[in-house]
Amino acid sequence: MNNQSNCENCSFHHKENLVRLGVAMNKADYVVAVAGNPNTGKSTVFNNLTGLRQHTGNWPGKTVTRAEGGFSYGGKFYKLVDLPGTYSLLSTSSEEEVARNFILFGKPDVTVIVADATRLERNLNLVLQILEITDRAVLCLNLMDEAKRNNINIDVRSLSKELGIPVIATNARQKTGMSELITTIEEIATGRFICRPHRIKSRSAKLNGAITILSEKLAQFFPGLPNLNWVALRLLEGDQRIIEAVETRELEKLGAELSTN
Amino acid sequence: MAASNNTEKEEEAILSLANKLRWDLGVDLHDIVIESIYEDATRIARKTVEIKGEQRGYYLDKSIDKIVTSRLLGFPIMFLVLAVVFWITIAGANYPSRLLSGLFLDTIHPFLKGFAANIGMPHWLTGVLVDGAYISVAWVVSVMLPPMAIFFPLFTLLEDLGYLPRVAFNMDSLFRKAGAHGKQALTLSMGFGCNAAGVIATRIIDSPRERLVAIITNNFSLCNGRWPTQILIATLFIGSAASPHWAGILSAGAVVGIAVLGIFFSLVVSWGLSKSILKGEASAFSLELPPYRPPRILKTLYTSLIDRSVFVLWRAIIFAAPAGVVIWLLANIQVSGSSLAEHFIHWANPFALLFGLNGVILLAYIIAIPANEIVIPTILMLTVVSTGIIGMGEGAGVLFQSGSLADIKDILQAGGWTLMTAVNLMLFSLLHNPCSTTIYTIYKETNSLKWTLVSTFLPVAIGLTVCFFVTQLWRLFML
Repeated sequence: MNNQSNCENCSFHHKENLVRLGVAMNKADYVVAVAGNPNTGKSTVFNNLTGLRQHTGNWPGKTVTRAEGGFSYGGKFYKLVDLPGTYSLLSTSSEEEVARNFILFGKPDVTVIVADATRLERNLNLVLQILEITDRAVLCLNLMDEAKRNNINIDVRSLSKELGIPVIATNARQKTGMSELITTIEEIATGRFICRPHRIKSRSAKLNGAITILSEKLAQFFPGLPNLNWVALRLLEGDQRIIEAVETRELEKLGAELSTN
Repeated sequence: MAASNNTEKEEEAILSLANKLRWDLGVDLHDIVIESIYEDATRIARKTVEIKGEQRGYYLDKSIDKIVTSRLLGFPIMFLVLAVVFWITIAGANYPSRLLSGLFLDTIHPFLKGFAANIGMPHWLTGVLVDGAYISVAWVVSVMLPPMAIFFPLFTLLEDLGYLPRVAFNMDSLFRKAGAHGKQALTLSMGFGCNAAGVIATRIIDSPRERLVAIITNNFSLCNGRWPTQILIATLFIGSAASPHWAGILSAGAVVGIAVLGIFFSLVVSWGLSKSILKGEASAFSLELPPYRPPRILKTLYTSLIDRSVFVLWRAIIFAAPAGVVIWLLANIQVSGSSLAEHFIHWANPFALLFGLNGVILLAYIIAIPANEIVIPTILMLTVVSTGIIGMGEGAGVLFQSGSLADIKDILQAGGWTLMTAVNLMLFSLLHNPCSTTIYTIYKETNSLKWTLVSTFLPVAIGLTVCFFVTQLWRLFML
């Protein structure tokens, strides 16, 4: 008896409460984005959580549009958005732009970053870029079985400490680690867990000053658009795509479109 | 006016402020930003990742890749894999096909007819519903389902294993020489499932020019709806030319031949487009070869059966039922002594014979624009109508009763089919307009009527040209 009441206090106890909603999700309490490099298993994670059968396959670039689904957990409704794989937030191919725009301007409550444990270093480039623009993220360190087979050992705890966000080791294909992932998503969404994400340190004071000046100016013109610091930095770098988006006022539209979801 | 002027100035103000600040910061800002990200990533990885011993899986992958992507063996292995997949499909689909058609056509159909007669259903209504809609759906199910239920899981297993990117890797240099994007090999592979899906998949190609090339040529990948046609005709006319022992292998070889011919046309047309209306150079790209992953066989069987086969089958059924009604009506509405179908067939015959086809085939391809899946059932039904075979059908516009392969061949031969007709049908099945779903998808993706029309009519023109030359040469040398 005593044992049972202990269980009830533990958040893992509630995993039986998971209800996969498929695409029926009219009233989402939280929006969760699933992002990551190509071919790391985002769609498999998405399918596990929503009970949908978004086509998966062992080749990069399988998902070209964003797919949506939902689940309910602990009495709350979560809308999950499966994004096309992308190597960085800087590049401009059309499917990468789908992912980038949503992470930047869709204001997801939680971003699940799916990473390939066998290629962690390269995957971290995207992770760090995403952590620049959101402080509500969880790293889903997928393909742990493959890493193990290749004698790759990852210190999950210190990785979590370095990144400042929870790191969950998973094998999405075997459905292991999924309940931990769900509870972590819930903890971040409800604000019970506060992330302290890693920020790129080696930036000069001069650059930071310039970013501040420019993003203040942007704020006047695009009120309510999130991640103005990021937009400012891209403008300073001379990113042609973002310059265009300012000129044509596409940014304004994007902000409005994606945040009403 | 004033307001819009004002905002325009605002935009300029932002950009000029950015410009001014950029000058202060120095020109290599972008590199510095990127480098700082890479530095941090490396530092964190070094702290948290430990590799002990050798990475056996990695080396195994590498040595497999050395073989399957090698210059010498890459293509032979590819063709062999394809051939094995088709051989299993052809060998395995025959028996269940017969079983299903026995059930649907020999047992259930007479029962439905009897039932309709008992409740006094008017003749024309029985005709439209039971002889039209029901029969063509039953046909699609018994002809389409068995090969699909075998082919899709096999294809999905290959996909799960990670073989597709290797195929793309092998074909990359060919596509590059054709002025197309190397990733077109991937969209082409997707087209082998469904051309509409293949057209959507071209979004992975960045350059609009190369994307258009990939969209226009996607139709040269044989899709779901056309595999069963190829397999059936190859089994009936080409496999039977050999001894029973070799029949399966020969028909599988013929289907592989058609698929490879499709890839060939994809390359040639891409090359032609890149040299003419879509001029330009191929852009470079990097393609990651993912690790081989052991496929989850049971899950693959389940999902490909449920998601792909049933989905495609459902589509075939909702198109087959109305098509069945149309066929029955065409065959039964009489104008000056003969049916509408016969009028068209007689009118189109002289033209069609130039291409080694016949009026029935042309009419079937018009009726089957919504779904390629129903071409063969439509041809059979129209052949019965136009030749008036007695004892096979039950009146005009009724598909014959028995579904055995020999009977199908008898009917087609009664309709004047020869080996040449079969070869031309296989070619025309590869080279004709995309189905209406694909055409609509092309329009949505390109947003251009012009490119939609090009994608629709270019394959038909090529198909008719190829069939014309095959027929004329055949007649020259074989007669």
